[in-house]
This record gives sequence, structure tokens and C-alpha cells, in this order.
Amino acid sequence: MSVFTFHGGVHPYDGKELSKDKPIQPITPVRDLVYPISQHIGAPAVPVVKKGDTVLVGQLIAEAGGFVSAPVYASVSGTVKAIEPHLIPGGSKCNSIVIENDGEYKEVEYEMPRPLEEQSREEILEAVKKAGIVGMGGAGFPAHVKLSPKEPKKIDYVIANCAECEPYLTSDYRRMLEEPEKLIGGMRAVLKLFEHAKGILAVEDNKVDCALVLEKLLKGDKDIEVKVLKTKYPQGSERQLIYAATGRAINSSMLPADAGCVVHNVDTMCAIHQAVTEGKPLMSRIVTVTGRAIENPVNFLVRLGTSHMDLIEAAGGLKGEPEKIISGGPMMGIPLFDLEVPVVKTSSAILCMDRDEAAEFEPSACINCGRCVDVCPGRVIPSRLAKFASNGDKESFEKWNGMECCECGCCSYVCPAKRHLTQSIKTMRKQILADRKKPKPAPAPAEEKK
Amino acid sequence: MVNVVNELNISSNPHVRDKMTTNRIMLLVVVSLLPACGFGVYHFGVRALLHILFTTAACVITEYLYQYFMKKPITVTDLSAVVTGLLLAMNLPAYAPLWIGAVGGVFAILVVKQFFGGLGQNFMNPALAARCFLLISFSKSMTNFFDGQSGATPLATLKAGESVDTFKMVIGTTEGTIGETSVIAILVGAVILLFFGIIELAIPASYIISFVIFMILFGGNGFLGGLDVQYITAHLAGGGLMLGAWFMATDYVTSPITPRGKIVYGVLLGILTGLFRIFGNSAEGVSYAIIFGNLLVPLIEKATLPKPFGKGGEKR
Repeated sequence: MSVFTFHGGVHPYDGKELSKDKPIQPITPVRDLVYPISQHIGAPAVPVVKKGDTVLVGQLIAEAGGFVSAPVYASVSGTVKAIEPHLIPGGSKCNSIVIENDGEYKEVEYEMPRPLEEQSREEILEAVKKAGIVGMGGAGFPAHVKLSPKEPKKIDYVIANCAECEPYLTSDYRRMLEEPEKLIGGMRAVLKLFEHAKGILAVEDNKVDCALVLEKLLKGDKDIEVKVLKTKYPQGSERQLIYAATGRAINSSMLPADAGCVVHNVDTMCAIHQAVTEGKPLMSRIVTVTGRAIENPVNFLVRLGTSHMDLIEAAGGLKGEPEKIISGGPMMGIPLFDLEVPVVKTSSAILCMDRDEAAEFEPSACINCGRCVDVCPGRVIPSRLAKFASNGDKESFEKWNGMECCECGCCSYVCPAKRHLTQSIKTMRKQILADRKKPKPAPAPAEEKK
Repeated sequence: MVNVVNELNISSNPHVRDKMTTNRIMLLVVVSLLPACGFGVYHFGVRALLHILFTTAACVITEYLYQYFMKKPITVTDLSAVVTGLLLAMNLPAYAPLWIGAVGGVFAILVVKQFFGGLGQNFMNPALAARCFLLISFSKSMTNFFDGQSGATPLATLKAGESVDTFKMVIGTTEGTIGETSVIAILVGAVILLFFGIIELAIPASYIISFVIFMILFGGNGFLGGLDVQYITAHLAGGGLMLGAWFMATDYVTSPITPRGKIVYGVLLGILTGLFRIFGNSAEGVSYAIIFGNLLVPLIEKATLPKPFGKGGEKR
């Protein structure tokens, strides 16, 4: 049963018209390429090259550091210049392999896989694992882990997250219009892993053109269905998407597999397609460079490791006075303070906002209006949680279901008092999660009897 | 470019905000109160206008002075004191002495609002708390509905067992406080609030519906005495019910924030109003019902905490 939408959510200005009609174009990196060894959730990858080594396009430069981990491949040919900590979009430093581009783009020879029809489950999983594919919508969870639930027979739906609900982002939109067969190919490969599963391509209704293209290609296909969902942020949030597409609700402590679902983003599906049909690892992704402070908003096909600076220059540079430059969308993206950071597997956009777009406000007193409650897709009480958070009251925070927050930002967006609700709640959640990880303190030694 | 980058703004997500602000909400509430205020001035004359001006000025000045002397940020421009002033003035009889609104305004802002921490912290609706304070302290002046002598409002007439003209009550050309008499003017304001999404139907609707049910059960001809449409219409149109249901019970600060809590709160107010009107000494009951309801809000919220998304879902 699909319900096509979810409770709560907001309709921010979507800004997609800036870049939605710009076809995907490849970009040539100018600066050195930087490959952080941790571009995913899980154990960092382990470098297998050293300073001075020459590498080719598609060559393994860091291997997976465990099961929940992903390898990293070179996206250019050249020389390893250094392995050193480098700033990443999140704002922290991460050990990274720096490669000086020789500009020749000599490629390794890929091992051509057998036709998809003949491949076994294990072969497909191995190909995805080897290719270093992670959730490219932003979470960065290794794809092969998601594809290996405990009971594959209990998976009823494989959902391609084509919602792209973040304002301004158009990379998935362009991909669906220009290379829909790759998305469908990825979906077919994933469906081969789950014998009882049906495929759902979940598209928001502001992208009806994509839905039509996909439907045309899928005519007569009984296994894959296009579902047009209502446009609302955060429709692309995994839990909300599953609910809208299947009517099944999961909470923060459950996995999509608990609801019989596997969800992958458009770009991830395309990467899976590439891995199982061409044997090529993940080396590039589509990045939207947009915002009112950028000269020519555009969608780039970017080699991973390319500097954000290169992308901004290739898009004509900044114009006016940029107020904020964000890696990702305006609702959940991370603001950058330095543009010399590499594009990683999870970078979906560079958003350069001018003063009008990124208006800043002084927060004022909460008037208890309840707008945050109305829009909260997690159905918690954000204003109270933020209050508990600023009081450091962990007990009440958990009692009022604070851990069910998905940090989508709707509450802060809608707050008329402009309070930093999401920020406070996020900080508290991080603290509580850190507390849970800490080993319990050893029981106090019993007092000696005198 | 380097300079530009040094000036980049760094803050937590989201990086865009909705256009609605506290100030705009208060402004819309003020606008929505104007029809009823205007009718009051039309119906009761210049005295009503003076009451409105005095009371509002008292509220704004009190807030300003308090914040000034306590060295707090001055927030009178958020217009919340204006809303309190207007609501309090609308709850005064036109023939009450002109100083009474000022006394009430000081009480509302100083004691009920600022002493408890200012905007968003008061646990009672300041305007209603001040009205109750005035009713208790100056009961004669506060029930002075005729020039010079205590007159009968439609509800008092009704309580005495006589009949009233419900048509006049809906239009508003009856006795009562400045802002409560005209049902039409109040409903115009309510439509404005609903249209701009300032209030939701939950509280007013559950309040009015539960009140009607209570009146059908216990009102008029006694318990289960049969349906008397004219009697119930008079009760709906009379006294502070409409003003209370649309403008006072919906006060953000003093009503529950939980969706189910709003319904519970509305039903509670309906029952309390019915109880006070039928079984109480006074013909009126709305103010006390809402004040009493305010006190129960924290309890209602705790009991009606929403079930988070996906909670209770089965792990497979």
C-alpha cells in the first residue's frame, strides 16, 4: 500500500530552475586530486600505494578496512604526491591520498564481467563491494552492506530514491533524464539479489518528465514500477520514502530491511549498474553547482577527488557577495569555510548562496506556536526537545522521544522565532549516542570493612 | 576570492528559513482583532476607543519600562504587548472607569507575563488573568454595562429565565464588553487567522462542539430536557464564548502544543464553560474556564505526547 506522502514536512523555495535545464557535462580537474580514506560510514580504507607511486585511472589506491567499509580508486592517472591529513567537506581533517594529475587519463584494463543474466548473487555482491560503492545520497553507507540483509528472502521492495527533495539539487534529475537506462539497469541488478522483491522508482511529482521517461522504458515490465510521490521536503528521507512508497513505518532503531525494504539513491543505482556491467569502480559522480552567487549554475560529471575550487571556477566563478557556500542542499548541507576540499563519494552539490538566500536571523523567545510540531516528520515536539537540550536534560530529552529526530531541519526552517531547533537537538543526540557507546563505568570498589 | 571566502558564514543547517516571523504573527492577530474592536467603537462610542487606547498603551509602556529597568533586551516591537492590550480592552465594559484598563494592563504585563519570564513563559493568558483580577477587585465597575447603572447582558437575561433576541446578539447590538458582543465581527477575525494559518481549527472547534453538547445535555430545560435551538444559539452568541474560543483559547503560549492535547483542551474548556454558566453563580464562564484550562496545559501535554513516527513498528 502506498500513501504517496508522509505526515509533516515543508515546502521551501526549490531553486531547481537555476540548473535543471543544464545537461550533465564533464569537468577536467585542474588542481591535485585528493582522496580521503574515509568517504563512507564504517572503518576507514587502508592505503595500498605510497608516495612516489604512479597510478592509473581506475586503480585501487586504498582497500576496504573491514566489512563495513569501502575501497577507494584513483580517478586520474599520475603520481602519488603525499598521504597526509586533508580538509574534507565535513570540516574535519582526514588522512588522504593526494595525486598529481598527469593529464593523460591512462586507464587500467577492467575485468569484463559476465552478462548480468548469468551472474550469481555472490558475483553481483562482490562486484558492488569491489567497486567501492556507498550511499551517494549523502549518508555514505557502504552499498554492499545494505544489499546483504540477514534474510534476503524477506525483502519485498527495492526502492530507488529518485525524490531529490533537497531544494536546488538537480543531479538526480539530470541523471534520470539523460541516462535512465543506467538507473533501471542498476535496479535490475539489485532485484536479482532478492527473489521476492519488486522494484519501485520513487519520483516526486515535480519531476513528472523523469517519471514519464522511466515509465516509457519500463513498459510491460512487471517487476519495476514508477511511483510518483507528492513533492515535499523531506520526501527523500529514507524512512519517509519507505512510508510513502509502501505504507510501512520504521523508527530510528530499525533498518529498512526490518520493513522488507532496500533503498538506494539514483546515483548509487547507476554506480551499481556500472560495476556489474563494465566492472568499473566508483570514480565519478554528478555534482550540481548552483545558487545565486554562482555565475553559471550547472551539473558536472566530476572525477572524485576534484577540488571544490575547480568546480566553482569551471562554473564561471562566484558573483556578487557569497554569504554561504554549502556542500549539499540548503536543508541538510554542510557549510564550507575553505573551498580547497575534495569532491567525495557523498558530495551532491555545491550551493553558493547570496545574502538574500541565506538570510540569518537573531533567534527570539519561543511562543509555543506548534509549527515545528506540525512539520516534524518524526512526530516529536522539537521546541521542547531543544529546550531540554539547552538545559542538558538528557533524561527528559529521551523520554520525549528526542532520539527519533532525523535532523531534517524542518523545525528550524518553519520556526517564526528563528530558533536553532535542529542544531540544539542534533548536538544533544550526538552526546547521547556518544554516551551509549562509552563503556559503562566500572562499579565502584566496595568499601573495605573496618 | 580568498577574501570573500574568509567572510563566509558558517552555521548549522538548515540554511534557509520560512518567511513567517513572530512579529508577523502578532501583526496578523492585531489585524484580526480590528473588526471586533471597530464594532465595539461603533456600538459603544468614543469611550470604547479610549479604553482600547489606554489599555494598549499601558501594556506597551509597562513592558518597555520593565525591560528598560531590568536591563533586558527591549522586545515591545514584537507586538505581543499590543495583542494583550487589545484583548484586555475587548474584555472591559465600555462604561467602566477609564483607569481600570490601565491597572489591568500593568497587571497583565508585569505580574502575569514579565515576572514569569516574558514572552512565551507565562502560564496564564495575560489578558484573561488581568480580566479576572479586575473582576475580583473591582466587581461593580467590571459589570457596569449601562451608563450609570448595572445592566443586564443577554446571558444574564437568559439566566433569569427570560427570552433574548438572538439576531441582535449575532450582529452585536447588545450589552456586553467592548469586543465580545458581535459574533460576526469576531468570526471575520477568526477567518483571517485561519486563512493565514495563525490558528488551527482544533481548539475552537472542539471547544464549541463540546460546549453545544454540554448545553444539549444540561442546559435550558434541565437535564435531557430536549433540544432548544434558540436557547443554544443564544448561549453560543452570548458572553465571551466566541471571543474566548477563537482568540483566547488559541493563545499559543497557554494552550497545549501536542495535536491531541489541543482537542482535549478544547473539550475541557467546553465542559468547564458549560458548568460555570449553568451551575455557577455568574452568567459568564468563559474567562474562568480558560484560565483554569491554562493551568492544566502541562498535564494535558504530558498525557498526549504524540507517538513518534514508526514507534511500535514490529522488527521483522
